[in-house]
Amino acid sequence: MKKLLLSSIIVIIGFTFIGRLSYLQLFRFSPDQILEDPAIKKIYDYPERGYIYDRDGKLMVGNQPAYDVMVIPREVKPLDTLEFCSLLGIDKATFVSKMNVARHYSPRLPSVLVPQLSKEDYAKLQEKMRHFTGFYIQKRSLRYYNTHSAANVLGYISEVNEWELKNNPYYVAGELKGHTGIEKQYEEELRGRKGVKHIQKDRFNRDIGPYKEGKLDTLPKPGNEIQITLDKELQEYGEKLMHGKRGGIVAIEPKSGEILALISGPTYDPALLVGRERSKNYSKLHYDSIAKPTWDRSILAQPSPGSPFKTLNALIALQEGVVTPETTFRCYHGFYVGNTLRGCHCGGGVRDMNSGIYQSCNAYFAGVFRKIYDKYPTTDQGMDAWEKHMKSFGLGGYLGTDLPTGAPGRIPDKGYYDKWYGDGRWAASTIISNSIGQGEVAATPLQLANMTAAIANRGYFYTPHIIKKIGGSGAIDPKYTEPNYTTIDRKHFDPVIEGMANVYEYGTARWLKIPGVDIAGKTGTVENFVRIDGERMQLTDHSVFVCFAPVENPQIAIAVYIENGYFGARYAGHIASLLIEKYIKGEISRTDLEKKMLEKTLEHEYAKPYSGEPFKINQREW
Amino acid sequence: MSGKGPFGRIDWISVILYLLLVFIGWINIYSTSLTETDSSIFDFSTLYGKQLFFFGIAVLGIILVLFVESSFFERFSSIFYMVSIVLLLGLFVFGKTIAGATSWYDLGFFNLQPSELAKMTTALALAKFLSDIQTDIRTRKHQMYALVIILLPALLILPQPDPGSSLIYFSLFFVLFREGFPLYYLGILLVTVVLFATTLMFGTVWVTIGLVILALLIYTFKRASVKIPVLPVVGVIIVSILFSLSVNLVYEHVFEQRHRDRFALWLSLEKDEKKLEEIRKTIGYNTYQSEKAIESGGFFGKGFLEGTRTKGDFVPEQHTDYIFSSVGEEWGFLGTVTVILLFSIFFLRLIHLAERQKSDFSRMYGYGVISILVFHYFINIGMVIGLLPTIGVPLPFFSYGGSGLIFFSMLLFIFLKLDSNRLKDGI
Repeated sequence: MKKLLLSSIIVIIGFTFIGRLSYLQLFRFSPDQILEDPAIKKIYDYPERGYIYDRDGKLMVGNQPAYDVMVIPREVKPLDTLEFCSLLGIDKATFVSKMNVARHYSPRLPSVLVPQLSKEDYAKLQEKMRHFTGFYIQKRSLRYYNTHSAANVLGYISEVNEWELKNNPYYVAGELKGHTGIEKQYEEELRGRKGVKHIQKDRFNRDIGPYKEGKLDTLPKPGNEIQITLDKELQEYGEKLMHGKRGGIVAIEPKSGEILALISGPTYDPALLVGRERSKNYSKLHYDSIAKPTWDRSILAQPSPGSPFKTLNALIALQEGVVTPETTFRCYHGFYVGNTLRGCHCGGGVRDMNSGIYQSCNAYFAGVFRKIYDKYPTTDQGMDAWEKHMKSFGLGGYLGTDLPTGAPGRIPDKGYYDKWYGDGRWAASTIISNSIGQGEVAATPLQLANMTAAIANRGYFYTPHIIKKIGGSGAIDPKYTEPNYTTIDRKHFDPVIEGMANVYEYGTARWLKIPGVDIAGKTGTVENFVRIDGERMQLTDHSVFVCFAPVENPQIAIAVYIENGYFGARYAGHIASLLIEKYIKGEISRTDLEKKMLEKTLEHEYAKPYSGEPFKINQREW
Repeated sequence: MSGKGPFGRIDWISVILYLLLVFIGWINIYSTSLTETDSSIFDFSTLYGKQLFFFGIAVLGIILVLFVESSFFERFSSIFYMVSIVLLLGLFVFGKTIAGATSWYDLGFFNLQPSELAKMTTALALAKFLSDIQTDIRTRKHQMYALVIILLPALLILPQPDPGSSLIYFSLFFVLFREGFPLYYLGILLVTVVLFATTLMFGTVWVTIGLVILALLIYTFKRASVKIPVLPVVGVIIVSILFSLSVNLVYEHVFEQRHRDRFALWLSLEKDEKKLEEIRKTIGYNTYQSEKAIESGGFFGKGFLEGTRTKGDFVPEQHTDYIFSSVGEEWGFLGTVTVILLFSIFFLRLIHLAERQKSDFSRMYGYGVISILVFHYFINIGMVIGLLPTIGVPLPFFSYGGSGLIFFSMLLFIFLKLDSNRLKDGI
């Protein structure tokens, strides 16, 4: 017993230890502990974000250095606080509170004291920096915009949010990522791949050398430059013309589907969302719920398209063989639906297709529309045929562009009206408003421009896109180089285009001709209503215009939509005309026209519904 | 001499196990103290270089021990003991303070820690006293003498303060038990510890109820032929209850907060999660980090020099008291179990050697050596893997430290020398 005492104790201790070690090393061990190992820190080496160029290779977005003033609280020696604060451009209270925050975060680790100093502030500070122990300047890269335009198209980069962190293992908290526009859409191309260095840390979180001699480390892969289809000059000019107006402009090159300009008004300088003032500016833009500058009207607004839609109804009627260009309808300064007369501004008389289009006769198109439906034994079948044709122009659904947002517009189908009126309780006359682009149809300016491009091409379009070339290889998604054919035969386009060309010769836009350039266009004047504080009120009509030029070899197709701009030929028509001249001729000869557009604003119209006073709409004088 | 030289009959199994442990220990010291800039393992400015140097001195010491006549140790053990007592006393005047403990003499090239020396000399002195023909351990008087020999150095070391080393001297009680010191002392000690812990955990009321139930159970299930007198049992229960009552007094008024925190952590007394976390991060920090390091090693470990927490110096005192956590992280479960097995086999081998001694002195000294080594091993690894509260004692042959390595080696080899000489003892 006495002899065995110590031996048994040794054996018991041995088993106890092995038991405890099994618990620790076998049971509690989990293989992914390396990820949360406090001793290994990953340091990222960020490559430069790719530049963005316009279609002619002009720089639109580059990078600029910014300078963060960093502090390691432990290493700070007593300093002349007042001098330092004046160099940094902050007051003493801010300095003290920021120092406390930094110290609270960690006395040993660097914190940002003042973020994103400008180059000028940095220059002042740099030479004095050595007097301030414990502080240093860290260089960072920010976006630099070589333009004051295209803010919504280009988008911005900002810190990744929690959802993205959870769902995309690539990102680490605090990293920047494209969140809107091209920056978002081509994020992976632009950002490249960051390099990783694994650093072995000690328990004070100090670096003590590379982990595993850097075997797991990777080098950064620089981001690709990309070239986009925008024409920088056209974009800038368009935004200038949009001064004081709300709406959207889209210009497309019909033969490629490349988006030449994507303008939304009001807009803002993209540089506002970079640097120290970013969050202040962002709040201001984001919370402007009336003018909505961050809401890209060119791709998100879905008004009724108005009269430009008539051209499609004409094309469908020709394709269905229910009319010929020579078929006429009489306009009684309007047309009858049952016993009610619906008005028309064309002046009345007998209209064929040509004059129906250039005079924008509502009665003519109501007739055409009825004929389409009359061809089929039931309204449902007529509706199906009409819907199929309409959708082949890229309406009533997402276009599939490479822009991260978009809106589908609306082409109603029979189900839509069955739900609305009840099965079989509606007919062509019930939905007659669709014949003139009012009623239930809706389209974004981008869809209107694309539709115009399809007409310009006489029967097909390329999916509109913003990307032209990525990096060295230049290859873009092949879906943007495949034509999409409409359901309308090529031969039917000529009479419609003739009518559209005559809009400039004899029609609603005859004052807007450009010497030496044949344009085909169509005005639109769209009734619209808003609900403010529960009260529905009608506002001044939206001004809409679509056109393409030159007629025989189309280089540009444009849709302009100006909120509350009244007649299509007013704001929209003027702006479209100027843009075409600018794009095709490179300069503006009609400087008086240009001056008028640059100076005129619609702020008074936009203020009306909020004034609380009774107001008049559609006023003749302007 | 038997003509085979000083190494002749030495127990090579023990020597090899010893060398293995020292080697594995050194490997881990190398790993914990390696920095990027060091190159040579003989760089004596580094910890692993120094440890290698200390091992050299230890080898010199071992050779010295092996060449000395074995009767020398028995004959001069009282003098050695006196010298180490004097050295311990001298610390009060000439001691050098390192990390808050005045435990060292500064010899210029080397800091001597007399408490390490005293472990050896106390073991020798105790063996000498017990093996004396006139000593009868069954008498109270001699029991008292033995206790004084053991407790005198412990008392001198306690105020340095070095409670860990002090505690080690209690291991020598195993020598007494082996030699006929009544085992019920051990029983009393165990009961005391259990009462102490249970009182802290459950309170005096529950301990009392438990004791009464236990007594009733004994009476219910005892064989009819066995007669247990009632009065002493009642007496034991009353004494226990009084002790239990005093525990709370001592705990609240004699212990300091840092002591209480250690117990709170060890016995999971603190129920408030927040406070427990706080304790874990302060008093329990070392243990927490060392457990985490061992845990992260898994079955195979991260590999030699690949221990991220070891490299990051996350475990404080890792090269000394917490060296075992480096084994755990870099060599995994395989490594830790290997080390446990090596130690266990080594100890069992030494017990085998001790039991085969003809000379009482050799056997008693042998038991002293084993007890001291086992106690270190138990307390140290128990602490590192989170089974015992934090008590600072080194892991023999493993932990960095000159005095430790040298005196542990000499402690061991004096016994191996005695063992190699056992055949002559009978003559």
